[in-house]
Formats: sequence, C-alpha cells, structure tokens
Amino acid sequence: MSTIWILIAFLLGFVIVFQIAKASEYVAILRGEDRTRKESNRINAFLLLAFLVIGLFGVWYCNETLKGKILPEAASDHGERIDTMIWITLGITFFVFLITQILLFWFAFKYQEKDDQKAYYFPHDNRLEVIWTVIPAIVLTVLVGFGLYYWFQITGEAPKDAQVVEVTGKQFAWEFRYPGKDGKFGRRYFKEINESKGNPLGQIWSDPDNHDDIYVSQEMHIAVNKPVKLIINAKDVIHDVGLAHFRMKMDAVPGMPTTMWFTPKYTTRQMREKYGEDFNYEISCDQMCGKGHYGMRGTIVVESQAEFKVWLAKQTPTYVAAHGGGAAPATTPAATPSKTDSTANGGNAIKTSH
Amino acid sequence: MSNDQTIHVHEGAAGTHEVHHHDGNGHHHHKQNFVTKYIFSQDHKTIGKQFLITGIMWAVIGALFSVLFRLQLGFPDQTFPILETFFGKWAKGGRIDPEFYYALITMHGTILVFFVLTAGLSGTFANLLIPLQVGARDMASPFMNMLSYWFFFMASVVMMSSLFVETGPASGGWTSYPPLSALKDAASGSKTGMDLWIVSMALFVVSSLLGGLNYIATILNMRTKGMSMTRLPLTIWGLFFTAILGVLSFPVLLSGFILLLFDRHLGTSFYLSDIYVAGKILPNEGGSAVLYQHLFWFLGHPEVYIIILPAMGMVSEIMSVNSRKPIFGYMAMVGSLFAIAILAFLVWAHHMFVTGMNPFLGSVFVLLTLLIAIPSAIKVFNWITTIWRGNIRFTPAMLFAIGFVSLFISGGLTGIWVGNSTIDIHVHDTYFVVAHFHIVMGVSAFFGMFAGVYHWFPKMFGRYLNNTLGYIHFWVTLAGAYLIFWPMHYMGLAGVPRRYLDFTLWSTFNKFDSLNKMISVVTIIVFAVNLMFVFNFFYSIFKGRKLRTTNPWNSNTLEWTTPINPGHGNWEGDIPEVHRWPYDYGKDGRDFIPQTEPVKPGETGH
Repeated sequence: MSTIWILIAFLLGFVIVFQIAKASEYVAILRGEDRTRKESNRINAFLLLAFLVIGLFGVWYCNETLKGKILPEAASDHGERIDTMIWITLGITFFVFLITQILLFWFAFKYQEKDDQKAYYFPHDNRLEVIWTVIPAIVLTVLVGFGLYYWFQITGEAPKDAQVVEVTGKQFAWEFRYPGKDGKFGRRYFKEINESKGNPLGQIWSDPDNHDDIYVSQEMHIAVNKPVKLIINAKDVIHDVGLAHFRMKMDAVPGMPTTMWFTPKYTTRQMREKYGEDFNYEISCDQMCGKGHYGMRGTIVVESQAEFKVWLAKQTPTYVAAHGGGAAPATTPAATPSKTDSTANGGNAIKTSH
Repeated sequence: MSNDQTIHVHEGAAGTHEVHHHDGNGHHHHKQNFVTKYIFSQDHKTIGKQFLITGIMWAVIGALFSVLFRLQLGFPDQTFPILETFFGKWAKGGRIDPEFYYALITMHGTILVFFVLTAGLSGTFANLLIPLQVGARDMASPFMNMLSYWFFFMASVVMMSSLFVETGPASGGWTSYPPLSALKDAASGSKTGMDLWIVSMALFVVSSLLGGLNYIATILNMRTKGMSMTRLPLTIWGLFFTAILGVLSFPVLLSGFILLLFDRHLGTSFYLSDIYVAGKILPNEGGSAVLYQHLFWFLGHPEVYIIILPAMGMVSEIMSVNSRKPIFGYMAMVGSLFAIAILAFLVWAHHMFVTGMNPFLGSVFVLLTLLIAIPSAIKVFNWITTIWRGNIRFTPAMLFAIGFVSLFISGGLTGIWVGNSTIDIHVHDTYFVVAHFHIVMGVSAFFGMFAGVYHWFPKMFGRYLNNTLGYIHFWVTLAGAYLIFWPMHYMGLAGVPRRYLDFTLWSTFNKFDSLNKMISVVTIIVFAVNLMFVFNFFYSIFKGRKLRTTNPWNSNTLEWTTPINPGHGNWEGDIPEVHRWPYDYGKDGRDFIPQTEPVKPGETGH
C-alpha cells in the first residue's frame, strides 16, 4: 500500500513540476527571453559555486561519518604495504582533486556571462601544455615506482619456511587441505572426486603422500607471525579468496592453481580484544560465482604457534576417515598412471611448491 | 593548420561525394512513404534518432533494474509485494530471489554499457553529427547505416526476449566469465538465457561494425571542400577514434563469444578444465578460463573509451560554444584523444591483476595503465582553461558539460588507485571499483550524452527542450550521482565485495546499512527525475518551443547552416565550403565566425 502512495506522490510532484516548467516558458516569452536567460544564467552560476562549497563540505562530512567504518589496521605485513601505497596515492590524488574541482567551479562562476565582459581569445599555449604534460608524467612515475616496488614484494616468492595450505573454492563453500606430518601434499585429480566416499578433493589414494593430508572445511587455522602460503584451486567456477583484513585477494580458477602468501600479525583473540567479540577474519568470495555468491563465507582462525600445533594434531587425515580408520587403499590404483599424466600441471605445482 | 595549406586538398573527396548522390543540391529524393521515412530510413538523421529513442528505452529499463536491486540492497529486511505482482516466482513474498538479483545486475550492466552508452551514445551522435559537421549529404553507405540500426534492433529484440525465458536471463555478470557462463548446471541464468545473451551480443557486434566502418569512411572521404582533418570539430575526432576502437576490438569479443558458444554446445574445452559441478565430473581438460578474460577485456577495456570518447568530443564542442571562446589547445586535444585510443589497446589486463596472471606481466600493465592519466590530465586542464576568461552561458547542455568534467576528474583520479596493482589487490571487485567506473564512464558518459541531447535537440526536432526541466534534471542528477557513488569508495576500502545482495552473514561488511538505505533512496529520486527528462524529451518533440533561427547557439559548425528541419541531403543548395577551423569565438572582437566565412586578408588563420 505504501508503495502505491509513494508512486502517487511522485506522480503528483511530477505534474506540479511540469506545470511550473511549462508556465516558466510562457513567462519567459512575456518578460523577454533575453532577460530571463540572463537571470537563469546568474542563478546557475551561483548554484555552481554553491555546489562546490556544499560538495567540499559533503566530502568532509562523508569522511567524518564513514572513516570509522573502513577496516582497522592491516593484519598482515603485505597489508601494511598496501595501506602505505593507499596513503601515498590518496595524498596526491586528493590534492589534484581539490585544485581541479575548485578551478572548474570557480572559473564557471567567475566567468559567467556579463554584459561588459568579452571572452578572451586564447586558442593555445604550448608552454602550458608542456607544463601539464610533464608534471603529471613525473607524479605518475613516482606512483608507478612505489606501486611496483610493493607489488614485487607482495607477489614475490614465499619464504621457504611458510606454512602451506591448499584452498579450494566450490559453489558456495571453502575447503582446506594441510600437508600433514610429511609436509607434502599428495596428488589429486578432479575425476577422483567422490563426496559420498569421503574424497571431496579428488585425492589419489595410491599416492602415499596423501595418507596424512588433512581436510577441513569452512574454517582455516594458521599461526601468527609465520608466513602462510595458500595454493588456490576451484572445483566448478571461478571464485576468489578475499581476505579484507589482510588486504589480500587471489582468484581461484578451475584447472589453474594460483598462489598467495602473507604473514598474519595478530591472532583472532588479539583482534577480538581490540574490536569486539564478534570480530572474525572472514574469507569472502570476491568473484561472482552464482546465486550463493554473497553467502560464500569462510573464516580464518589466527592463533599462536602452539595452539595451531595442538589444533592440527587433533585433525584426522582424510585418508583414514575415508577408509574406516586406516585400512589399505581400497580404490583401484591401476588407473592412476594416465591420471597422473593429465594432472601433470596441477600435481607438479603442488608437489614442488614447498 | 594554415588555411592556404588545406584549402585545395579536399576537392577530390567532395567530388566523389557529389557523384555518389548524382546531384549537388540534395533534392534528389525517392518517393517517400511512412515506412521509408521513419522506419527503414536511410537518412542519417532519422537513423540517429532511431538509435537515440531505442537507447532511451533501454536506459529506462536498465535504470529500472538498478532501482530494483537497490531496493534489495537498501531494504534487505523489507518485503515489496508489488514485486511479486510483477515478477512472480522471481520475487516470492516480495523478496528478490538471489538468481533474480544476479540477472538484474547482469542485465543492468549489459544494457547500459552496450545498448545505451555504445549504441545509444555513439550510434546517435555519430549518425546525426558526422555528415552534418563534416559537410556531407549522408553517410558513405546509407544502406549499411540502416542495416546497422536494424541489427541493433534485432539484438534488442533477442535481449528483451531473454528477459521472459523461464529459467531467466543471463546472470553471470555483464562480463559473463566462464565457467559460470558456460555451465548450465552452475546457474539458472546460464541455461537458455545465456545463449540468447550471446546471440544478442553477436548481433550487436555486427551492428557496431557496420556503423563503425561507415563512420570512418565518411569522416575520411566525404568532408566538404576546405574541411581538412585539422578543421574538424572535436566531436568528429572523438567519434572517429571511437569508431576505430570499435572496429578493431569488437571482432575479438565476438571470437571470444563464439568459443564460449562452442564450449556450451559442442563439447569443446577452450575455457573449461578440471570441473566438478553439481555432483558431476565433466570430461573437459586443458582449457583456460583466463583465456576468455583476455579476449573479453581486449574489447572490454577499449569499450570504456568507446563510451567516453564521444562524450569528450561533444563536451569539448559544447564548452567552447557556450564559453564563447575557442577550445584551448585543439591539437593537444586531438593528440590526447589519439594517445588514449592507442593506450586503450594496451591496458586490458589491468582488469586481471588478481587472476593469477604473471606478476611481471601485471607490472607492465600498471605502467601502461597509469600512462593514460597523462592524456586525461591534458584534457582536463584544457577544458578548465577553455572556460577561464570566457563569457559563459549556462544552457543545460553547458551545465552537463561542466558536470562531465567534474565527474571525469573524480572518477579518473580513482583510476590511478585501481590501475596500480598494489592497491588493486585490496580494492579489486569491491565497491571501490563500482564507484570508480560508475563515476568515470557511467555517469560522466551519461552527462556527455545529456549535454549532446540538450545541445542538438533543436537540430534533431526543430524545437527546444524545456529549460526549467533541464535545470532540475541537471542539478538533481549531479548531486544524486555524487551522493550515490562517493560514499561507495569508503565501502570499497572496507573491502565490501560487489555483487552481494545481503550482508547479514558478514561481521566485516555489515556496517553500512544506513548508508545503503540513503543510496537507495537517492537512486529512486534520480531515477524519477530522469524519467522526467524522458517525458520532457518526448513532449518537446511535439510540443516544445519552436526554433525560429537556424543557429540558436551562435555556433560556428556546419550543422547550423542547414535549414531548421533539413531534409534528406541536409543542405538545400550546394554544400557549404569551409574556410577556417570551428573555434573562432571571440576573435578580433567578433562573438563568432562560422566555418563558412572566408578568412579576411591579414587575418591569422587557424
């Protein structure tokens, strides 16, 4: 019902505005079009100036209202670099924003049409063109320099001692695999996937490296201050591992493992002490993946090294769970040779990655 | 740019043109009936109007979709029974179904990027202005031109029909990344809706190519006597580079779509590999989902310049006319358009910094991307210098042109953020990007388009749009655009992902409820005011104040030398000869000197 009232209000408002607009056209003709035009010119020039002033106030007000809602300090070393880069860029672009917007609206106001004013014939000036070609070029060189310096640090090789975790995205959940005691991931092949038989990732059971690999879903545990390297996969469509608090992001592409690494700086508990009990490191899917995209949420628990070890020790390897507590491999290993061939890319990437 | 140099150059071109039309005075008309005059017309002016009106229709639909999904975003807890009345199962109980939400955003993007801001913008103004401003009786091939519109019309029909398919229209985002768009089991919109989307887009590409080739041929070959390339109005330069970009990049998009069609129906594996979906293991191996993204963005990035360059050209022209002052740095304006057009082809992968692309390759694209800021900066400073010491008339068109520059600055500067891969890691696919591209190519291209419509409406229909409604339209839209998109930067910095319809699950992203509500309310108001513009448009075609002079804005360009309602052929007598550049405003104490006026002895030419 209220919808209909709103629609009626809009319609009524429209009819009134239209009548006024129509009438103003007739009035303009009666009073002399030139006079009306000059009057509306003055009004619009004034409004442009007013828009500048109110707009700049709005920029300040928006910042006051919302600055508390953007994220707290970066929770990873890479995140700090990204934040620094944001501050540098903000400083430069906001300065340019102020200058150009003020000039634009101020000139528009100042040089509004006046009877005693003549436009100045000023078709070109090469000196000015050179100035505003060279200055942006220098500024941008600085920005590219900083940007790439940080970019190569962030995308460079992960440290050798990094904890490796394999992340797999599927519609609409996250799955994780830890290499177990041997520190090696076993091979996997997507045609081995069998969720009802306890093999959601398609691990190849004949590969002994798989026997101690640990599978968990939705919640990933990592240790604070220890570099962590994620090897990212997807089962069905493209997803994206988005870690807003760590400022990190990487697509999960079916058939093409990607990687990302960072060092978490604060444990979940530390963050909760600072920002309230409902704080969680969340994993958001940042690449549209279907109707459940907005609910594809995982969490990360960052804990001390000791707590992490205890947690890891408590997990049962998938192999053990799938084979009823450590029986011999039940699947037929006969078919594996051809499979390992075709999985050469993914499999090798995983095997050599640590 | 001296007059002596160029005065004899184009006799040949003009000559060819005369031959083409068999007579010099444009009265060579076939018998016209309603169908040949208004429907299957070969008159470039009518075709331009057809593009514009079809574009307006699409704009209303595309914007309405944004209002619908803003209802969901602003009022996630409320129900709107009226939605169920109209959309049935897609909005059961008055709540928008997720699949429907994704269909809405997909269609919103597709419609506005392609059907409104490509066809509606350059289709309209290239058709209307190229022959009129270069001094030609029609396009190089009026028939191809007509086909261009009708392919667009067919694309429109197919896209429209996809809205009524039982499984819904495409819902994989306007970029339609596979595997989501390739797998029928991955989303309901990836069933029939996706096929119709591809077919429609293929027809659209054909339309765009037919149009683009025609624009290029006309500009290069059919300029009137004396109209050297450096005497072209900047509108034409903008449209020229747009056409070149389109002709070179749309075929790549088409090839990407064809491969997608193969993957969907013929069992190929161009984009598919290692897929387990809906409990089924697919046989595909060895494809690369990222390949599609390269093909897509090889058009997708030039596409944003296809959208913005015509707007830039029109804004330059309108600013100069209404400041009563030449555009500052004409050659630099042309040069920067050229630089943008070249760079447009070299930056596509900046959309893909976090796809797992080689970081070194990424760094090259950072460099090339930030280079675009240089020609953009030149343009902004030249526009500002153009209004400096002018004598400015604030017609609605001029206001929209100033609004365009303001928005282009605001959105362009955040381009320096997202173009830098380090920052992009954090803000990629968040509301920051939404804010960036809506301001810099969405709203500002719309402002360029509005400026063009207000400025050339008298040429199109021989009547004026209502000014008061025009002013209301401008002020509400400008304030609304900033209110809607400025705060979204903050949401983006908070990491809020785009394409989420509900944030209740998330402790990181659920802090913006009141902001979302405000944005939705403003969206509805802006939508209503723009509907008022649409009303003004159609009302004024029939009832607007009549034009009494051929040159209402005291402008120099050739289109204002034609009669108030020019027939097919544009000029009644000979096509006028051009003697000077189009920006002699305020020169030698004269308010304006039309291009057709010969250079006086002793006058410095340009």
